[in-house]
Amino acid sequence: MLEIKNLHAGFDGHEILNGISLTVNLGEVHAIMGPNGSGKSTLAKILSGHPAYEVTGGEVVFEGKNLLEMSTEERSLAGIFMGFQYPVEVPGVNNAEFLRLAYNARLVRHGKEEVDPLEFDDILQGKMDSLGMEPKYKERNLNEGFSGGEKKKNETLQMAILEPRLAILDETDSGLDIDALRVVANGVNRIFKREDNALILITHYQRLLDYIKPDFVHVLSKGKIIKSGKKDLALELEAQGYDWLTTTQS
Amino acid sequence: MSTENSVTDVLENRQYKYGFVTDIESETFAKGLNEDVIRALSQKKNEPRFMLDFRLKAYEKWLTMKEPEWPNVVYPRIDYQNISYYSAPKPKKVLESLDEVDPELLKTFDKLGIPLDEQKRLANVAVDAVFDSVSVATTHKKKLLEIGIIFCPISEAVHEYPELVEEYLGSVVPVGDNFYAALNSAVFTDGSFVYIPPDTRSPMELSTYFRINTQETGQFERTLIICADNSYVSYLEGCTAPQFDTNQLHAAVVELVTHDNAEIKYSTVQNWYAGDPETGKGGIYNFVTKRGKCLGRNSKISWTQVETGSAITWKYPSCILQGDNSVGEFYSVALTNGHMQADTGTKMIHLGKNTRSSIISKGISADHSSNSYRGLVKVSKNAANARNYSQCDSMLVGDKCSAHTFPYIETANSSVQVEHEASTSKISEEQLFYFEQRGISRENAIAAVINGFCKEVFKQLPMEFAVEAQKLLTLKLEDSVG
Repeated sequence: MLEIKNLHAGFDGHEILNGISLTVNLGEVHAIMGPNGSGKSTLAKILSGHPAYEVTGGEVVFEGKNLLEMSTEERSLAGIFMGFQYPVEVPGVNNAEFLRLAYNARLVRHGKEEVDPLEFDDILQGKMDSLGMEPKYKERNLNEGFSGGEKKKNETLQMAILEPRLAILDETDSGLDIDALRVVANGVNRIFKREDNALILITHYQRLLDYIKPDFVHVLSKGKIIKSGKKDLALELEAQGYDWLTTTQS
Repeated sequence: MSTENSVTDVLENRQYKYGFVTDIESETFAKGLNEDVIRALSQKKNEPRFMLDFRLKAYEKWLTMKEPEWPNVVYPRIDYQNISYYSAPKPKKVLESLDEVDPELLKTFDKLGIPLDEQKRLANVAVDAVFDSVSVATTHKKKLLEIGIIFCPISEAVHEYPELVEEYLGSVVPVGDNFYAALNSAVFTDGSFVYIPPDTRSPMELSTYFRINTQETGQFERTLIICADNSYVSYLEGCTAPQFDTNQLHAAVVELVTHDNAEIKYSTVQNWYAGDPETGKGGIYNFVTKRGKCLGRNSKISWTQVETGSAITWKYPSCILQGDNSVGEFYSVALTNGHMQADTGTKMIHLGKNTRSSIISKGISADHSSNSYRGLVKVSKNAANARNYSQCDSMLVGDKCSAHTFPYIETANSSVQVEHEASTSKISEEQLFYFEQRGISRENAIAAVINGFCKEVFKQLPMEFAVEAQKLLTLKLEDSVG
């Protein structure tokens, strides 16, 4: 469903991604690991269409379409969801109302009628129940005053509502205590029915992978994938660190 | 890398869509101001003696006054002799009904979204349409009069209800109150007059729509609203002007009076032409004095304003809380973009016991604009247990604009409670990216962020007005963000 070919991209004139190629098929979970500054988050931002990043070469095809020509909004409507590492706070905007805007944008895209706040409340409540989330998530404003863990839970709720085809979770495990990590991971596992979607997990540590089992693990260094393997590669990295890979690279 | 530009390049949308000029034959006085002009103006309107005296007294005061220099705005000196003080669409004869109004005029208001003709008029809103210096049409007048509500052009009230006009005109804003108010008192030509009799709630919203058409005319309108005991009215004001590259002067005066247990809710959505967004050329100078007096016990005056236009705004809708237990409120959203400058806020003067006031001010500045909040809370010796709450929030869009807050608090009574809170925030590209990543269009994202910021003010506006205000702000900001 997603094919990245020799992708070069950067920020403010600096090249960060240095020729990445990656194929993700429906039903697969890919973990992208690597040391700080290796370009993991940049890849997530490029795929979701962040305006500050610039693609300088290569191509990305998502479900037969040239992803790089699509706007951020179109990518989202086509089913790409990014779980943010640092979700922004938006004062005064009610969380439930924000979710309804996003949900309705999808309905409109599929030629369906928008739902009103009452109808949406049923849908939202259903998702919140299944994830075991407290009522505060629909009463409060979007990420305003949320703790790091609450923000990540809120990202999970958004993903549950939007039911993406491809989710890219950027360092979802950072800043979470073990309980919050379990909630988020369970949420992700519940949402992903393998036959309908695919998942890219960007993470620095292997502990998230204890909860969400990847089919493939890729190691990113200096903007390139330097090694790919199965689940056990993550364990190897956990035991030996990244150095043995990155030093042999140069 | 993405196609953001196609979204932000909605320049067509952003252009001021009310900038057209109506080609209509007008009768306009020669430029300049002196006693003869005022006499001629008064005569033209066939005014009773007290009106001419009122004008001449104001003119005399004005001659001794200076234009205020304390506001945080910069503009070249205005040559008051280079303005025409009267311009009116040439009447063919006295109008018996709306059908006789010049069709060009009806078309103008139609184009502005203010239908005046019988078939299309808004069912629950009565409209007084003011074009340059005169009121051209007032809808639902008869229906309102059946329950004793007077809603008519003030030029007509001067003839029909002279005792009311004489009693209240200048009772809240005295002729010599300030430079612009004195000028207005000397030369005002029309505006709206409202009287709500005792024990009456106005069954519909009353509204005035102001339109400046002529290039070198100042608009000096005057609004007077009186609510007798136990009465209520909600009043709306809207304004637009054509796009000229010279500045036009708008110096209005609005006076509100509430008697015992009466309430006036006054809402404004101001969208005067603000000048060229790139060069800052042209636009309206909006120098307005708005003041309400809570004369009676338990009475209430509430100002809600959404200011989105004008090259310069100088405006402080205020409340004099004279009656015991009276309440004053000020809810404001002031948006500045391009090269606009706004110095706006309120004054809450607590005179009576247990008087309460609240101030919620939201300033949004974008591009090269400057946005100042200036507010005074004054509590007199006799105003025991008076309370005030003020909240001033600023939002910055981009890094070339500025926001300023000037709160003044003067209390002469130790039993009062005055609270002031302030904050500054930014609408960021990261916020908009977050929305867009969830499939929400940029336009809806800006609307949501702005609406979130202005929520407390928008919920004070009548429903349709709130929707309109929200759209207006979004439109104006679309090009400034990102």
